[in-house]
Amino acid sequence: MTAETTLKPRMVGQAIKRREDPQLITGRGNYVDDIKLTGMTHAAILRSPYAHANIKSIDTSKAAAHPGVVAVFTGADMLDINPLPYAWQAAGVPNNANGPRALAHEAVHFVGEGVAVVIAEDRYIARDALDLIEVDYEPLDVVVDAEEATQPGAVQLHENAPNNIVFEWQCGDKAKADDAMAKADMIVKERIINQRLIPTPMETRGCIGHYNGGTDEYTLWMTSQAPHVHKLVLAAFVMGIPEHKIRCIAPNVGGAFGAKIFMYSDYPLVLWASKRIGRPVKYMEDRSENYKQTTHGRDHITDVELGVMKDGKVVGMRVHTYANMGAYLSTASGGIPTTLYGRIITGVYDIPAAHCLVKGVYTNTAMVDAYRGAGRPEASYMIERMMDRAAVELNMDPADIRRKNFIQPDQFPYHNAVGLLPYDSGNYEPALDRALEMAGYANFRQQQAEARKQGKYLGLGISSYVEICGVAPTAWVMSEGWGAGLWESANVKVQLTGKVTVFTGTMPHGQGVETTFAQIVADELGVGYDDVDIKYGDTANTPMGYGTYGSRSLVVGGSAMKKSLDKIKEKAKRIAAHLLEANPADMEFADGKAFVKGSPDRAKTIAEIAAAAAVGANLPPGEEPFLDATSYYDPPNCTFPFGTHICIVEVDPDTGRVDLKRYIAVDDCGPQINPLIVEGQIHGGIAQGLAQAMYERAVYDENGQLISGTLMDYAIPTAAMVPHIETDYTVTPSPANPLGVKGAGEAGTIASAQAVMNAVIDALAPFGVKHMQMPATPENVWKTIHSK
Amino acid sequence: MEQDFLTVRVKVNGVDKRVAVEPRRMLSDFLREDLGLTGTNLGCEHGSCGACTVLVDGQSVRACLMFAVQVHGKSVMTVEGLASDGQMHALQEAFWEKQGQQCGFCTPGFLMSSYELLQHNPNPNEAEIRHAISGNICRCTGYQHIVEAVQAASEKA
Repeated sequence: MTAETTLKPRMVGQAIKRREDPQLITGRGNYVDDIKLTGMTHAAILRSPYAHANIKSIDTSKAAAHPGVVAVFTGADMLDINPLPYAWQAAGVPNNANGPRALAHEAVHFVGEGVAVVIAEDRYIARDALDLIEVDYEPLDVVVDAEEATQPGAVQLHENAPNNIVFEWQCGDKAKADDAMAKADMIVKERIINQRLIPTPMETRGCIGHYNGGTDEYTLWMTSQAPHVHKLVLAAFVMGIPEHKIRCIAPNVGGAFGAKIFMYSDYPLVLWASKRIGRPVKYMEDRSENYKQTTHGRDHITDVELGVMKDGKVVGMRVHTYANMGAYLSTASGGIPTTLYGRIITGVYDIPAAHCLVKGVYTNTAMVDAYRGAGRPEASYMIERMMDRAAVELNMDPADIRRKNFIQPDQFPYHNAVGLLPYDSGNYEPALDRALEMAGYANFRQQQAEARKQGKYLGLGISSYVEICGVAPTAWVMSEGWGAGLWESANVKVQLTGKVTVFTGTMPHGQGVETTFAQIVADELGVGYDDVDIKYGDTANTPMGYGTYGSRSLVVGGSAMKKSLDKIKEKAKRIAAHLLEANPADMEFADGKAFVKGSPDRAKTIAEIAAAAAVGANLPPGEEPFLDATSYYDPPNCTFPFGTHICIVEVDPDTGRVDLKRYIAVDDCGPQINPLIVEGQIHGGIAQGLAQAMYERAVYDENGQLISGTLMDYAIPTAAMVPHIETDYTVTPSPANPLGVKGAGEAGTIASAQAVMNAVIDALAPFGVKHMQMPATPENVWKTIHSK
Repeated sequence: MEQDFLTVRVKVNGVDKRVAVEPRRMLSDFLREDLGLTGTNLGCEHGSCGACTVLVDGQSVRACLMFAVQVHGKSVMTVEGLASDGQMHALQEAFWEKQGQQCGFCTPGFLMSSYELLQHNPNPNEAEIRHAISGNICRCTGYQHIVEAVQAASEKA
């Protein structure tokens, strides 16, 4: 089944403006910090100034006596809250796992770890009282670099993790890769560092916990990408609350980029504290806390070798990566540098032999988990840098070496050498061709040569990428170490008056899912777009779903909704047949009507059918009243979006300044439901990947202090730092879901860092530069030129 | 000392307000907590992200860097004051049309910075727009649709 046969283009495919936006642009958004409950108190958390220390004592008496303070608690008070669990561990190998507690008990392992909480009448008083808490720390040695942490003599963070190793995981065939490398004409080696990044949603994380002693029910308003998962984990693993006694609500969420998927200490803390004090408790991170304690991304140190033949064919690949996991294992962290990285290191290329060894390592830093792209940007950056690196050694055009090695259209479904599910569909060359055409590549090398004669250093970088999206199916992800499902759900109700309400288990937070889903419903049921409402975010009224991340809401959640729409159409046909006294087998559904085949006048509209179903007085024997359906969809495969991005830069060798002259993106996310929304996702994704290449770097000093701890020190790009982005698309439907869609949320981020870096390094070729580490700041570029 | 309150008289979105506040009350908290104007969002509270941008006597300020008592006798405009009689402002219409937002958290600040720009420069070019909004951070959009929205609004005006 393809998109062409299932979706008639009426609303679907139109770049309509989003229904989410009027409230957001008139100041009527409803984010967690906008919510006030009667009797609500405010929590402030005292955070460790040391990256590694034993806590010898904590004196909270002065804080507790401060006017306006309701209560002060420490880790010792909360030992009935379990350490936070790790839902995704590296598969098939031992994991020396450790999770953080709601508040640290006896020791701290990173700067920013919570040690005490003050609950007060307002936020100002709570902050005042933090200064009155006295903690006696015994500082310990610190390690922040993942490779150093594994060396003899490094300080040990956790007793169960010798040499600070969390896991050693591998994929691919080592012997085969070694053999291929031995037979290669040339081995190209590089050390590639994918620096630590801070996700930085503009809304920090926060929550309000409310325990109702009358009903024994807990409610948690939270900044969440996955409220159902949070509910499940809080109930089953962290607090032991019966699952039917806890409700999680995510209202508007102000961006997330992965960081709001996970379980954090403050969620059980506010629920626990609310029960203790009998009042609601709100906690909102400030930006400094967000930077210190919410998860970071990337942070890989990788040694990679590519075995290549003289004609440019890549025959083998070997990868060794230190993945910095931070001080504890975050919720999904084990799967990011393993399944979502190691299994896609060969990218868009048919490399017959490959092996990847990943060491996950504890350090005295914030936990590292999924950040937009999550593993796939690290993999794509590495292989795309290496393809350019090999092209330079072979004196080959970087476009040609890519063409030479592309997986060909007739090879799909394609099984790579590192054990991933088969790539669903792809056609890589047209996207490359289109991007080259847009960039004017035919003339570029000549322009570049002429510019160099005038002392101007132009560079062009190509990035051809593939990613793993719509992450599922459940059986596969469980075999890869994930501890639950990854199916999605949707309940669709056609109300008595013909209006449609969809309850989805996904949790959009800026992706425009309400608009996209409503476009699909309007076409499928033939109802007015404005007669459709999409609801999400409250575990009390939406069906269980795993949430919004991994470019999966439309792919998996949209497909679940499609299944429910199909069920509704079947039921509508049965009811219409009854009302029309026709044979159910003769009925068809199209354009909002169920009608008798060949007699389109013998028809009932969806509104008429919904009314009949809701009243229920005249239904076929055995038919239940009401026109609704609930579905759960677990896809047979992931999807594999792809494309080619090209960046053109000019580097000033005197200052090291990189001028981003052009950025071109040709992406293939399958058929597009709303091209305006896709475009926005691509732009935003590119800005984040480009920022890694140009600006961003989370820096810890040797004492484990986060030097880039505010927005003054961590360089999120502004409008003046991001270029105009030129986009185009190819369309290759996925066979893995009934909508044919592939997902677009992460593509930009996965593709862009290497497009920029390849361009910068191309520009610096006359200086003998073959590789440099990100970010390409003026200082870094200048030093790179002058170190040659 | 901490019990001392000062009375702030201020016009907010055209309406006179008189509220007693602690001298240390930030303008951002005053707007959000005391007046219930939660459209002004707080992204960093150290003056870097611009999400809390409002206009004081027509000039953009970071509400998180100003005390409420500093707006005594002045006029404040927030995102809630942009629309009138239920009609969106041309900038809001343009942000909707061009999808100038995704999660929407930074959007009120962008609207206020853009409003100030168009007051001074009704026909800005792309570079001028990018410069004018470079005190605001958006993590979702990559800015292109925001720039297009401001351009579209300036063309309508």
